[in-house]
Amino acid sequence: MSGIAFPTPDARVVARRDEIVAGLSRLVAPEALVTSEDERRAFETDGLTAYRKLPLAVVLPSTTEEVSAILRYCHENGVKVVPRGAGTSLCGGAIAQEDAIILGVSKMNRVLDVNFADRTMRVQAGITNLAVSQAVNYEGFFYAPDPSSQLACTIAGNIANNSGGAHCLKYGVTTNNVLGVRMVLLDGAIVDIGGDALDAPGYDLLGIVVGSEGQLGVVTEATLRILRAAEGARPVLFGFPTSESAGACVAAIIAAGIVPVAMEFMDKPAIEICEAFAKAGYPLDVEALLIIEVEGSDAEMDATLARIVEIAKQHGVQTVKESKSAMETAAIWKGRKSAFGATGRIADYICMDGTIPTGQLPYVLKRMDEIVKGYSLRVANVFHAGDGNLHPLIMYNVNDPVEAKKAEDAGNDILTLCVEVGGCLTGEHGVGIEKRDLMRRQFNDVDLEQQMRVRAVFDRQWLLNPAKVFPLEGRWLPQTDAA
Amino acid sequence: MTDLLQPRDEAELAEAVRSAFAGKTPLAVEGAGTKAGIGRPLQTERTLTAKGLTGVTLYEPSEMVIGARAGTPLREIEATLAEKGQALTFEPVDYRGLLGTAGEPTIGGVAAANNSGPRRIMAGACRDSLIGVRFVNGRGEVVKTGGRVMKNVTGLDLVKLMAGSWGTLGVMSEVIFKVLPAPAHTVTVVLHGLDDARAVEAMAAGLGSPFEVNGAAHLPAGLERVSKTLLRLEGFPESMAYRAAELRKLLKGFGGADVVEGDPATSLWRQVRDATFIAEPRDAAVWRISIAPSKAAAAVAAIRRALPVRCFYDWGGGLVWLATTPAGDAGSGPIRAALAGTGGHATLIRAPAEVRASVPVFEPQPAAIAALSAGIKASFDPAGILNPGRMAAGL
Ligand SMILES: Cc1cc2nc3c(=O)[nH]c(=O)nc-3n(C[C@H](O)[C@H](O)[C@H](O)COP(=O)(O)OP(=O)(O)OC[C@H]3O[C@@H](n4cnc5c(N)ncnc54)[C@H](O)[C@@H]3O)c2cc1C
Repeated sequence: MSGIAFPTPDARVVARRDEIVAGLSRLVAPEALVTSEDERRAFETDGLTAYRKLPLAVVLPSTTEEVSAILRYCHENGVKVVPRGAGTSLCGGAIAQEDAIILGVSKMNRVLDVNFADRTMRVQAGITNLAVSQAVNYEGFFYAPDPSSQLACTIAGNIANNSGGAHCLKYGVTTNNVLGVRMVLLDGAIVDIGGDALDAPGYDLLGIVVGSEGQLGVVTEATLRILRAAEGARPVLFGFPTSESAGACVAAIIAAGIVPVAMEFMDKPAIEICEAFAKAGYPLDVEALLIIEVEGSDAEMDATLARIVEIAKQHGVQTVKESKSAMETAAIWKGRKSAFGATGRIADYICMDGTIPTGQLPYVLKRMDEIVKGYSLRVANVFHAGDGNLHPLIMYNVNDPVEAKKAEDAGNDILTLCVEVGGCLTGEHGVGIEKRDLMRRQFNDVDLEQQMRVRAVFDRQWLLNPAKVFPLEGRWLPQTDAA
Repeated sequence: MTDLLQPRDEAELAEAVRSAFAGKTPLAVEGAGTKAGIGRPLQTERTLTAKGLTGVTLYEPSEMVIGARAGTPLREIEATLAEKGQALTFEPVDYRGLLGTAGEPTIGGVAAANNSGPRRIMAGACRDSLIGVRFVNGRGEVVKTGGRVMKNVTGLDLVKLMAGSWGTLGVMSEVIFKVLPAPAHTVTVVLHGLDDARAVEAMAAGLGSPFEVNGAAHLPAGLERVSKTLLRLEGFPESMAYRAAELRKLLKGFGGADVVEGDPATSLWRQVRDATFIAEPRDAAVWRISIAPSKAAAAVAAIRRALPVRCFYDWGGGLVWLATTPAGDAGSGPIRAALAGTGGHATLIRAPAEVRASVPVFEPQPAAIAALSAGIKASFDPAGILNPGRMAAGL
């Protein structure tokens, strides 16, 4: 693809590459510095694989102090820095360029402390999301935000993107589950923001660090809230004749005072793709599918599911499958969880991530279909129905530049639609490079300028992950203020 | 008397701030002023109130979201939600009893104070429920951040900065919150006679159970004849009976337990929320201490060695409301000395203006954090006209 522009690399920095590599080599062990072209290739892209750029070098430090030394060096030498966790970003947030180094925290992956009494744990930020939960599972605890990429993605990336997961309807997203971070500022200063208490004094700096996409500093440690898992969890699967009736059912469940732990929606193309792949037993004669999961003791789940089934019947549900065993539960989820992988087997796709007010669902589904058909493409929809976070998967052929361009344009139209109906460009994947140039659809210049002024407090020179989030044109620089 | 500016809409609000910016006129920013006594005293001649900006602007029960102009009385929000069986999840504290103030707290004031009650322990703080804000910054510009959908990671999350900024970064004109169904039923398991340390252990056991304890408070002997430790469950009635029984089994080792339900339970938790237990004597200084629960009892014991103290615990021990003598520094020295190295911090919620002028009301910050905070203040309010100095010198 080619739709997204990269700024021209700073030729002065590129010309000093050898000197910069030498400078960095004095700061970390040889195995922590990746310089050969072959090895740098492994870092040329992230989850947005259509875009690739070789970084100047990759540094993989093992300690906060090393991170500090690297940042101080880059600050003093005007070298751009792209922080990186596992590189699963879907918005191109971890892609660097020829004049920037990648600073990866994946070697910093230890659990530092677990405190069950206070329900907190401290970890190094390069630990994977799943490893965090696994470290506390033995006491029945878990870390709530559970992105589908949790096997690979890191807490650092989760914090930078404020990642969500299937269970965030009940438990919230990353920002609601992080209590503190240790972060290195661009000048090398090491700061602790927040801590192990439930609220921090002064301005909520943690609140802006979470979701800042690597633009305010490099996070090296985090204090996380952990929760005791419910006694049990069980899903029910519903097939509906129309997406309207499925949407109305979701609204009625909430109106009845029930907040399930997850409510996932799939449209017909998604059902077909997932069923063909996972053989999950999904009905193929319905237009929309809901997976609704509840938690509690067996008796509690029976009672809540009975209420939910009753509501679904009032909304014309066509198929009802209640899980009766762990195997059936796994089968119900397997289809949903393999949605991206299954789609990837039949076509290349881009995964959009807008959020809409859930009341707009039928309208948005219809418009989305028209938009995509207008580009002669296909779309499959899986999304978090409780919170309106859509994941349209637009299918195309990556080797066909014309079609690739169409897919991107269709995606942009869909995100614009999300904003028009009162939603936003991104619910959990971040802005990165992918949605950077759409930011003015959601924000006006004043809104963006206030964000950039805050950003400048941390990084006056735009050295930290600079090509991301804010449109390349019209960027605010501290110098532009006439005191 | 200070001049009172009471704009009727966002445009008038922006105009008022713009002219203050042009004239470098400091403004006291408030809603209904029920929390005006929190923070360092202001030296302002003009007060800008958001009280004139009222009305619910958006309510979609099935989307669990409500929006309102900042001056809308909290009571109106709560009544609107109650009609559809919903509620703000974070149980905003009503400070009127403690501070002896009158008037109707506004929803903007709730947001500006990041004001969260007992349910914070499970359901998150005010800042976690706040999803969208429109505000006027110190230049008089109208800025929007966040929105009306609960999943939104588009751009820097300035919503979080506005929450708990006490009117020092911008004057909010509209706020949007996510809400939840109001609990159908409340049950509270009460343990008796535990000392502070044992009580924190009991609360940790409850909060670490799968039964979704969503309130955990301890009223030490001295407040009550015999200490009481409260663990709250909320949900559908049949579920509550089961969970209360399981919880009592789990807590057997902490002695016999009673169960309080319905209205008495609701009223008990309102007193926890509003710190009613330590409102008297009126002249006592009141502190709010935030700390990791397992460190709370020892920190309180250390404070007790230096000061006469009446206190109770919320948030499973993570929040200590503490009353002491208003004399001198109102206990700031000993309290902060006891918290040093614990990661905890103290905010002076009630004290005479002279004390608040000389003692840091909010916990002093390490230099690097203070520098970032000062930079943020300047990025919103370059002339320093919004509640100048309320949170700290320069903020
Ligand atoms: C198959 C698949 C499924 C996915 N499912 C979900 C999902 O369900 N929910 C969801 O929210 N996301 C999902 N994602 C997106 C992605 O996994 C998340 O955004 C994840 O948090 C990224 O983590 P990472 O470690 O890979 O970060 P990276 O991709 O390496 O980096 C992401 C961003 O974080 C910044 N960053 C990394 N490390 C640091 C640091 N130490 N300090 C500061 N900034 C840093 C980077 O600069 C970049 O902007 C999915 C991705 C894939 C490929």
